[in-house]
Amino acid sequence: MSELLQFLFSGITVGAVYALVALGFTIIYNASDVVNFAQGEFVMLGGMITWFAHAQGLPLPLAALIAIAATAALGVAMNKLMIEPARGAPVVSLIIITIGASIFIQGAAQLVFDKQIHSFPAFSGDDPIRIGGATILPQSLWVIGGALVVFLALWLFFTRTLLGRAVLATSNNRLAAQLVGINTNFVMTLSFALSAAIGALAGVLATPITLTAYSVGIGFALKGFAGAMLGGMGNPKGALVGGFLIGLFEAMTAGYLSSQYKDAAAFIVILAVLFFMPQGLFGRKSTDRV
Amino acid sequence: MTKTLTTTALGLLAVLGLTGTAVADIKIGASIAATGPAAFLGDPEAKTLEMLVEELNAAGGINGEKVELVLYDDGGDPNKARTFATRLVEDDEVSAIIGGSTTGTTMSILSVAEDAEVPFISLAGAIDIIDPVKPYTFKTPHTDRMACQKIFEDIQKRGLTKVGMISGTDGFGASMQAQCKAVVADYGIEIVADETYDPKDADMTAQLTKIKNTEGVQALVNPGFGQGPSIVTRNYKQLALDLPFYQSHGVASDGFIALAGADAAEGVRLPGTALLVADLLADDDAQKPAVTAYKAAFEAKTGAAVSTFGGYANDAFLILADALRRAGSSEPAAIRDAIEATAGLAGTTGVYTFSATDHLGLDLTAFRMLEIKDGKWTLVE
Repeated sequence: MSELLQFLFSGITVGAVYALVALGFTIIYNASDVVNFAQGEFVMLGGMITWFAHAQGLPLPLAALIAIAATAALGVAMNKLMIEPARGAPVVSLIIITIGASIFIQGAAQLVFDKQIHSFPAFSGDDPIRIGGATILPQSLWVIGGALVVFLALWLFFTRTLLGRAVLATSNNRLAAQLVGINTNFVMTLSFALSAAIGALAGVLATPITLTAYSVGIGFALKGFAGAMLGGMGNPKGALVGGFLIGLFEAMTAGYLSSQYKDAAAFIVILAVLFFMPQGLFGRKSTDRV
Repeated sequence: MTKTLTTTALGLLAVLGLTGTAVADIKIGASIAATGPAAFLGDPEAKTLEMLVEELNAAGGINGEKVELVLYDDGGDPNKARTFATRLVEDDEVSAIIGGSTTGTTMSILSVAEDAEVPFISLAGAIDIIDPVKPYTFKTPHTDRMACQKIFEDIQKRGLTKVGMISGTDGFGASMQAQCKAVVADYGIEIVADETYDPKDADMTAQLTKIKNTEGVQALVNPGFGQGPSIVTRNYKQLALDLPFYQSHGVASDGFIALAGADAAEGVRLPGTALLVADLLADDDAQKPAVTAYKAAFEAKTGAAVSTFGGYANDAFLILADALRRAGSSEPAAIRDAIEATAGLAGTTGVYTFSATDHLGLDLTAFRMLEIKDGKWTLVE
């Protein structure tokens, strides 16, 4: 019993990280149908900048705030310098641009910071919390809490605010959105800033558990992307559930089957789900009016 | 033809001790991954070679001849390494080659060097480089098989027979996992649990819980590299696993203690080189002079801490310089014979004694069993 509980804790710890990354994908996707492959780099920057600022002697909360603000600014710059000039290009071209941005950010991080692995102290200490014979780290609770808070905020944003609806409208039909008075350029800029900030927050919360280095972004992006696809791209609820599910699949496979098949098992489940439900678990049905 | 005559003549002069001033240089070639993904290996290696050549020439060179280093940066790319090795042999006409930061680049250089019959000292880990023995190829780093043997030797000393393994699935982890499985039976030890993790994984408590619940497991071994072993160590503490815990030489650096946390790393043992514990070596230790000299020189020159990898380059250069002195010639064949006759040469990695059947020249004493106590390395004796 304690064994199952430990696997569960392992699964939700990892799953919460995936969910946070997956949530970052949703906003840009909702605004422009673009899957932003630089999302993992935002997570990396969140961790690296916080580490760097903290190592310079700044208190951790301030370092984290700087990291989130700086990464959000970078998101805005990315939109202004790379995405906006290519407006009108097909979505696939934009996705390729984000891959280029990801490689660029990774290279720059390597030069600005260094090539070593880093970490900073956990927010509430390293003493594991014991529940029913299993243990979980306090930092895991921070990550899980972070994922839930971001999910709630996003859900409220998209369903209850005018701005959130404007984002959805822009994605649906950019021209129509402009005609009804939505500033679509502003919506795009905002969505990049928010996505980058959420990515950076994921990095800040997860780094004491996962550690960070200039190269960790791709790994985060792939697992987060898988989580978002499983849950349904663009739906915050899907991102949350998808991320947690992948973490749990991995932990259960590692625990009960073999750790050799851990990644394979997770991806087989994703393939199976997408085969029967191509939009993912909570994805919106795409209905084209003809 | 004239070239050969000149070098032979020079060689003869050198043997007779008649060369008052250096007429020509001894050319040493190097192809190293100073940049690119393997730069953490190649960067200190390149700096070390440049520093040593400078030092050597300032001290008068070898038998009165200056040494010239022709250094190429192959970026860890085997194709580039092959091109540079060919250039070193054909255009630069070097007497010997040092390099091959990774096993991949080493294999490229190896085939060129063997064809051209130029001595080559590799800085890469794989045992395949010198097993089977190739006439012109030598290497300085110990192999992961030796790391496994050192760990199992220590486990055997503690009287334990059942171990659990958790290995990274990256090249380093997978290779060492295979080597450990190959030698484990020699020590009367059985691997009762064999788990793996992806190097990018964030949590290994599931695997460790499985090992914890394995019947009879008495010790834990973690072959791995990079961030994985730090996370395994943290999870080990989180689960309060009370087993003797062994890491590999892949994480033998102060960075590991900082990342895993001194608290979690307490009591962790691993096979490391003398370079890591330079201050702790006994004064009569054979390696003490070599280790302290290299550490002091490298840290004064670059301001960065020494690494095991730079140490491999240091040892390769010491071996080559020593062979050049004894050969008294820059003829590749003579240098090769002199390298093979190297005996009892103390480097930072170990004490080298080559023979016709052993082109690595290290035994298990090259590894020191280290234990982390209060966030510091200590020697286990």
